[in-house]
Amino acid sequence: MGEIIRYLKDLFSILIFPGFLFLTAAGFCAEFIDRKLYARLQNRVGPPWFQPFADFVKLVGKETIIPREANQSMFTLMPLVALSATVVTIFYIPLWNMRSLYAFDGDIIVVLYLLTIPTLAFFIGGWYSTSLFARIGSVRSLTQLFSYEVPLFIAVLSSALLADSWSFSQITLFYNRHPWYWLYNLIGFAVAVVALLAKLEKAPFDIPEAETEVVAGSFTEYSGRFFAMLRLTLNIEMVVGAAFLAAVFLPFGYTLGPVLRFGIFMVKIIGIIVILSFSRALFARLRIDQMIIFCWKYMVPLAFMQLLINLYMKGMVR
Amino acid sequence: MAHAHKFKIPIGPQHPALKEPASFSVALKGEKIKGVDVRLGYNHRGIEKACEERTYIQDLYLIERICGICSHAHSTCFVQAVEELAGLIVPARALYIRTLVAELERIHSHYLWLGVAGHEIGFDTLLMYTWRDREVVMDILALLTGNRVNYGINTIGGVRRDIDKTQIIDVLAAIDTLEERTKYYIEIGTQETTLIKRLSGVGVLSHEEAVHLGAVGPTGRASAVDRDVRRDDPYAAYDKVSFEVITDTHGDVYGRTLVRLKELMQAYSIIRQILTNLPDTPIAVKAPRTVKAGEAISRYEAPRGEDMHYVKSNGTDKPERVKVRAPTLANMKAVKQMLKDRYLADMPIVIAAIDPCFSCTDRLVSLEYTDKNDDEIIEWGKLRAYSIQWYKQRGVDFSKLNKRFASKVVW
Amino acid sequence: MIRQLLESIFKKPVTTLYPHEKLDMPKRFRGKLAYDAQKCIGCKLCIKDCPTGAISITKIADKQFEAVIDLGRCIYCAQCVDSCPKKALEATPDVELAQLDAGKLKIAFHAST
Repeated sequence: MGEIIRYLKDLFSILIFPGFLFLTAAGFCAEFIDRKLYARLQNRVGPPWFQPFADFVKLVGKETIIPREANQSMFTLMPLVALSATVVTIFYIPLWNMRSLYAFDGDIIVVLYLLTIPTLAFFIGGWYSTSLFARIGSVRSLTQLFSYEVPLFIAVLSSALLADSWSFSQITLFYNRHPWYWLYNLIGFAVAVVALLAKLEKAPFDIPEAETEVVAGSFTEYSGRFFAMLRLTLNIEMVVGAAFLAAVFLPFGYTLGPVLRFGIFMVKIIGIIVILSFSRALFARLRIDQMIIFCWKYMVPLAFMQLLINLYMKGMVR
Repeated sequence: MAHAHKFKIPIGPQHPALKEPASFSVALKGEKIKGVDVRLGYNHRGIEKACEERTYIQDLYLIERICGICSHAHSTCFVQAVEELAGLIVPARALYIRTLVAELERIHSHYLWLGVAGHEIGFDTLLMYTWRDREVVMDILALLTGNRVNYGINTIGGVRRDIDKTQIIDVLAAIDTLEERTKYYIEIGTQETTLIKRLSGVGVLSHEEAVHLGAVGPTGRASAVDRDVRRDDPYAAYDKVSFEVITDTHGDVYGRTLVRLKELMQAYSIIRQILTNLPDTPIAVKAPRTVKAGEAISRYEAPRGEDMHYVKSNGTDKPERVKVRAPTLANMKAVKQMLKDRYLADMPIVIAAIDPCFSCTDRLVSLEYTDKNDDEIIEWGKLRAYSIQWYKQRGVDFSKLNKRFASKVVW
Repeated sequence: MIRQLLESIFKKPVTTLYPHEKLDMPKRFRGKLAYDAQKCIGCKLCIKDCPTGAISITKIADKQFEAVIDLGRCIYCAQCVDSCPKKALEATPDVELAQLDAGKLKIAFHAST
């Protein structure tokens, strides 16, 4: 009997809260905030609150065209792979408790790898679309991955280094015990926000889906249901990425009451999304070679500096 | 990229980067451009032929609608040629009003270009801001001329509408607002890092190449080619106002941006000079319906460069031949040179930097022999005879069809 | 740039929420034409000068004329307004002229009895 209740609870967590449905709703809210803020920054009105949901419904109702020369199985499978990878990631990130839903030792590394799966799925999907624009976009997507992965990993792992553990729950426990230690990770936070911009393919790093150069990059040949799935993946990736950054670099507020904890979590995520929208409005798009130079010349040294600071502080804490 | 793929990517005729259809077939190796094949002609509408079947006053409105952004340029250029043929002397106030609308059109066109350039490099905020400010100019033009594009202010012998004191006050107030906004854009242009990175070193055209390839307008002036029809061959009221011709030595897209921004500031100064010195004369002279036989060439500095119209009249009320050479045609050859060994990501902004207006451009007819390797410019009569012969060889005979029209055309 | 962005959040957006808010065209905007049958003398100079053949004048009685204007063909250049010696034609600032049925684009101006 207890087993059945546990299974039902698990099913509820995976599918409803904080799983698929909650993430979908949060994704729609995040897209709305992003688009409304972007529009207001440009002196325009922006879409109404139900616009992302309306877009989703409209896209699902449209005709799904699969190009004849595309590899049918890869083409149809990749959006699903990307969506599931992003949804699964939320179970290993501590949201408003100190433990994530299914914690185990080493799960911070698993989260980092789970977050690269969508990019790989976009690459494979774009490549097997066999359209010229999709191929160029997918190759750019992978090139971008090679550039921002290194600083992102170093920044995230240096925060974990300070806490002396690869387990997310242990990390948040450590930062809870030493209240203001997360302030040492601010450089890493800045590096990680820029890397998150690159991962989500938002300006100034929206090179793989540059509309005026390669139409839509890897997404060019997708239409109808698949396109709806891909857009949903991008929205959920925004929420999951923001939650990940909030959990690694802003691990405070876990000891207050349950409603307050949820509220602080929401504030953290909305704050990161606001930073993303601002940078979208503020910068022009970089070229791929400029982006690689920028990442390797500026972001990697900063991330290394963060690593050195944390190693030194670790010595001091001992 | 050692094992980069080699393929040909079609930019156009339909592409989000292009505002009008044109076909650029780009040979790519990885991300580098190895060659570009340019094909134009998608916007050809037979305007030059249509002009031969309408009277001069009807042609005025037809020529105006060659392009929406440089409509006053084409209209004024045509009307200047016809006035020269008819021997009319246009009153001074009409010339001043023509210059006023010309400079307002230049402002509107450069703001539009700034927005398009911003969009091509992914900087949508610049697009939204500049097009918001462009509304100010368009409202002023609607107030003065009666329409936001295709102004229709010209008539043969002068202008159709006069400007009164309240309109002058409105125009001056609008110019003040716009000048402030332009100063802000100059500030962004010189200080915003991502913008400068995307625009510098892109689409480089050296001075010798610009002269050799015949670049006109801001494209040429950014490579230090010091030519401006307003100063070298003054028309309308340009010999009565003082202004500077802006040149720049950068030679890349950044230089072209700076040239256009500074030309905006010059346009404000010209407009203020015109409005303070408006002479008090009638606004038009009566024009005859038939025009004496002759040929005339008229030049005009459109926002994109030098625009030329050739009109041949034969004593009737319809022109015999009208030929339009738009500035974008002169700049097109320079595009191939600019794209050598650049990245694919630069392609939209390089094409946008010459401010292409394919609607203006698609007029030329050139003939290629497949067995010989040289080109020839063939005139209309010979072309028609050649095509009739070509079809006869393939068993199609048009002679019965054309009995009605054959007598009207003069070879 | 950041300052401009932040200011824009607090300023009213510049979008006109058409059709809830209407934009007024200036008084002498060249919109739909209006024809006064009383003043027309049937000289047909407007037809001669029209670039597209959008206007047609028919005689219904001695010194009484009717006009039919095809809004689909008209390019709103108002040359006919200038050509008319009796000022029987006028350009109004009416610009909301879209129709779903092409037949409704031909506007007839009857002579008032």
